[in-house]
Amino acid sequence: MPLNLRGADIVVNCLKDEGVEYIFGYPGGAALHIYDALYWSDAVKHILVRHEQGAAHAADGYARATGKPGVVLVTSGPGVTNTITGIATAYMDSIPMVVITGQVPSGLIGDDAFQEVDTVGVTRPCVKHNFLIKDVTKIAETMKKAFYIASSGRPGPVVVDIPKDITSQTADYHYPEQIHMRSYQPRVQGNSRQIARGIDLLVGARRPVIYTGGGAVLSDAQDALIDLVDTLQYPSTSTLMGLGAIPASNPFFLGMLGMHGTYESNMAMYECDVMLAVGARFDDRVTGDLAKFSPGSKIVQIDIDPSSIGKNVAVSVPIVGDCNEILVEMNRQLKERVGEIDRENVDLWWKTVESWKAVDSLAYEESNTVIKPQFVVQKLFEVTRGEAYVTSDVGQHQMWAAQHYAFEKPRRWINSGGLGTMGFGLPAAMGVQLAFPEDIVVCITGDASIQMCLQELSTCLQYNLPVKVVNLNNQYMGMVRQWQEFFYDRRYSHSYMDALPDFVKLAESYGHIGMRIESPDAVEGALEEAFGMKDRLVFLDIITDQTENVYPMIAAGKGHNEMQFKPSDREGEVQERELA
Amino acid sequence: MRRIISLLLEHEPGALARVAGLFTARGYNIESLTVASTDDPSLARMTIVTNGSDAVIEQITKQLNKLIDVVKLRDLTEGGHLGRELMLVKVSAQTADQKDDIKRLVDIFRGRIIDVTESTYTLEMTGSTEKVNAFLDALAHVELVEVVRSGILGIGRGKHALKI
Repeated sequence: MPLNLRGADIVVNCLKDEGVEYIFGYPGGAALHIYDALYWSDAVKHILVRHEQGAAHAADGYARATGKPGVVLVTSGPGVTNTITGIATAYMDSIPMVVITGQVPSGLIGDDAFQEVDTVGVTRPCVKHNFLIKDVTKIAETMKKAFYIASSGRPGPVVVDIPKDITSQTADYHYPEQIHMRSYQPRVQGNSRQIARGIDLLVGARRPVIYTGGGAVLSDAQDALIDLVDTLQYPSTSTLMGLGAIPASNPFFLGMLGMHGTYESNMAMYECDVMLAVGARFDDRVTGDLAKFSPGSKIVQIDIDPSSIGKNVAVSVPIVGDCNEILVEMNRQLKERVGEIDRENVDLWWKTVESWKAVDSLAYEESNTVIKPQFVVQKLFEVTRGEAYVTSDVGQHQMWAAQHYAFEKPRRWINSGGLGTMGFGLPAAMGVQLAFPEDIVVCITGDASIQMCLQELSTCLQYNLPVKVVNLNNQYMGMVRQWQEFFYDRRYSHSYMDALPDFVKLAESYGHIGMRIESPDAVEGALEEAFGMKDRLVFLDIITDQTENVYPMIAAGKGHNEMQFKPSDREGEVQERELA
Repeated sequence: MRRIISLLLEHEPGALARVAGLFTARGYNIESLTVASTDDPSLARMTIVTNGSDAVIEQITKQLNKLIDVVKLRDLTEGGHLGRELMLVKVSAQTADQKDDIKRLVDIFRGRIIDVTESTYTLEMTGSTEKVNAFLDALAHVELVEVVRSGILGIGRGKHALKI
């Protein structure tokens, strides 16, 4: 006999049967029946955030670190609109997420009722799919579809909007084990003839490069990818989103590419004759000016989303399917063809790549008097032995974290790459810490970003989440200031963070530990001390060089061969050196 | 190039909004869009007339296919196909001369007069976009009260069918 349950209980049972550990949410009128059902639930633990945006980011962080869909529960109207930034963040980075939203009762929909918003309408452009449930008997099936759509194919957020009256009606509960949708059957296996054609190009290459992105992380392709890189021994680079899939210490890895990537990565992309793109979408921050992008190369592109292939850049060999499945098959076919590789020319190519590497494009001027932000990240790497989960917000600190924290494993670097959402880091760190309570979770942030979701410090206290917040405090929106310095004649319009709070007292008032670090020689000790407090959230307010810029840089509209380096000081005058 | 794209989509509320939203969000052109249910009540059939470079058309078809509600899609322009449009035109028809003239034109274009009032005729014309346009051109000297066009309905020629 199936159980006859209230709609609200069906929702909670679906979550339980889906194996959901945590949901992140905030109650409100239209969601109250569901909250009532949660009151009795032990299996599904609810994390009460302080703002719905935090719920979405926390679920997102959980999903990025675990690979499982993150789940959010909010009420109608403002509950929904507050999550939009978080949903769009997940959408841009293809993160699996299921967002359950309360809706005003069916009979009031369209009447401009209290706390009514057209949830399906406002979320449509930033979700993979969304549903409005109008029938209590459809809840279980719709929830199953939501989880299936969110986590299969190219993952993404799915919104399930449930009117309040539907959650109080009753129906027999049965959670389907499988779901078949005639309109949605994502392709997993790659076409083996296309894979063979891709290998033809790869083994015939003289100046090859492997370029991997977030898709490699999402499909857990790291083992196959390392196998491929080690077999081919080709220069390999990664986007911001792909960091960790190839360990930073891999001898063939050149570091990150793109706007603030390494010189060797970008030059290898520019000069290569064959490029293998794995789960990367040729984003404008990666390609620079498309007209100048990799002018002499043939491209093999692996992606699960056909619309990502050939969208910005023409591709010679498209391979549609799951990155991991395709790489495994590619490795299998490649084993018999390794002998065809033109090692002589590839060795020559490596010599050129090494000469670019010798430029040491991530170098920065060290200082005994002011704290350099890059130095903090390097010390953080040392103190955490490279084992931390690192979340970040958006801006200069994000780039320094990506450049100087050498990620050895995937799913350790958790940041908003596509949407570029300030305020992401702290709530995302909560989701990660919940998923991995024994691991070190650090949020690298800045004085501007941290204030965008600061209220979640309270959530961290409630659930004992010992996140370490590393605030690179330069009293500016650093990246905005940098662009104003470069492109707006140093007119620092509204990028100065006046009236900053005392972050130490602030952390203390939230029940945490605050530390202020002002000199370079205090950094390491402070980090050691902070990470020694394993069960406490420590907020490290680190006062850094206000004028430091992120280098190297490809200015918007420039090509990979037009990187800009740290200017050398000549009579105090700032010189912008361009190497071509 | 002008393309006629035919879709089968789940007959769900919001499916049309997803398609229309995709075109505005990504800056694609829609020349016309028609949608109605089919012999299978769970499916709706949509014909979209759009234009763009080959690369843009490729993205349009890929992005449409990516929508969860889209069951099947075909670019009819890639093979033999037929496109038909329905137009209703209300014209001023006051004098006997005007009425004769309009009646003659309707006969030549094999249209029909579907409603008559004291001062107006309502005409129905079906055909390719070119034919419908030519009919409107032929009416240039007539006072048009109202013009309603359906946009194109498309179907492939021969055995191939857009069906599940």
